[in-house]
Amino acid sequence: MALAGPTGSGKTLLLRAIAGLDRVDEGRVELSGRTARQWSPPAFRAQVTYLHQRPALWGGTVEANLEAPFALKTNANRRFDKDRAAALLDRLGRKAAFLEARAANLSGGEAQVVALVRALLVDPRVLLLDEPTASLDRASAARAEALLASWVAEEPGRALIWTSHDPDQLARATDRRIDVEGWKP
Amino acid sequence: MEAVNAGYLRLDTVHVALSALLLLANVLLSWFLRLGLGARLLVVSVRMTVQLVLIGYVLDWIFSLDRPLEVVILAFVMATLASVAAVGRTSRRFAGVYLDSLVSVLGSAFLVTGISLVGIIDVRPWWDAHYLVPLLGMVLGNALTGISLSVDRFVEGLEDRRDGIEARLALGATSWEAALEEVRGAIRTGMIPTLNSMAVMGLVSLPGMMTGQILAGAAPGDAVRYQIVIMFMIASATALGMLAMVALAFRTVFDRAHRLRLDRLRTPTDWIAWTRRRLPWSQRSG
Repeated sequence: MALAGPTGSGKTLLLRAIAGLDRVDEGRVELSGRTARQWSPPAFRAQVTYLHQRPALWGGTVEANLEAPFALKTNANRRFDKDRAAALLDRLGRKAAFLEARAANLSGGEAQVVALVRALLVDPRVLLLDEPTASLDRASAARAEALLASWVAEEPGRALIWTSHDPDQLARATDRRIDVEGWKP
Repeated sequence: MEAVNAGYLRLDTVHVALSALLLLANVLLSWFLRLGLGARLLVVSVRMTVQLVLIGYVLDWIFSLDRPLEVVILAFVMATLASVAAVGRTSRRFAGVYLDSLVSVLGSAFLVTGISLVGIIDVRPWWDAHYLVPLLGMVLGNALTGISLSVDRFVEGLEDRRDGIEARLALGATSWEAALEEVRGAIRTGMIPTLNSMAVMGLVSLPGMMTGQILAGAAPGDAVRYQIVIMFMIASATALGMLAMVALAFRTVFDRAHRLRLDRLRTPTDWIAWTRRRLPWSQRSG
């Protein structure tokens, strides 16, 4: 599903509200008939994962960044799979050596790739993508689109909610579209 | 104690006035380098003198009363002032920060001082002002530094690394998991002054309390033992106070839905900050 609208129309705010990172004045968000509070917010966010527009990586290597979510309580029953991480990176055009790179030295596009893989590795059901390819070149963006499309198709019940300034990308990547008409806060 | 008191030279007003001449160095320096600090120097000198003379009278009075109630009231007043001072040194505030600071300062300092008075130094009665007031004062003065440093560092870290913290939350971290790095950094920062002063104590610095006891005629070995005890008290109270303060701050800047609530922060607008801005000479350099 696509969220379209001009800058400042509240797309980011809507995505953040769905993930429960910001308060909502009205309305409710449910996953499988249960609200975030009923899931407990961390468990809900592990399934409905928001990807920031400006990807935020933590200190250390790319691998450390990809492994960190598995130390969280909500992922206690899962293990970090390095081969799978490398495979996902490969599909986004990054070699295995990329895992050893320092996160602080990455470009904006590379950081976006890491953030996307980091989110995919913990197997959410819904990904909230806030301009996920804004810093990627055309070829890398196409690879990311392909990866996400196959990710959705792999298992029933998966969904993407996607914002982008590129209307063609939204048309390619999504089958429904909601126009956010700049509501005023 | 009376026998010991004979061991030092009493200072009267003339001596103290003479010592004020030492400030000529500062005045001349300010004059030659046009630092414009003359007025401020005068104000802080007079202010310090008045504060100390007043507390001297208060202590005289409390020592002469020799009753637990007044000692405990003084202890509460000291702790309250310390908690306000701790907030005064931070650059970011949040709702309830004064109460949080009071709880942290009071809880940690009273607990550690109480355990030390009763369980270690074995003061009888436990409220004997000759022991309680100076020991508590030392603990408060140092704990407030640690508390203000740590909470400032905590909030600053949350602001600076907000994106990274929200990225953790977005991936399913609890608010505690998301904040843990900042909590660690805050406690580490707050411990540094205590660790630093412990490291050089006796080599580079002769601590004030020990010096005071030696001046008053105590055997250096006795003064040293007191100093060791007080340093351990300070280290312990600082750690407990910081932990309490950072935990209370954590409860404010994250809500129960595991959201980071930096909207609850504000820059200081209370009367203390107002006074600071209006009256530049009231700024403290410590």
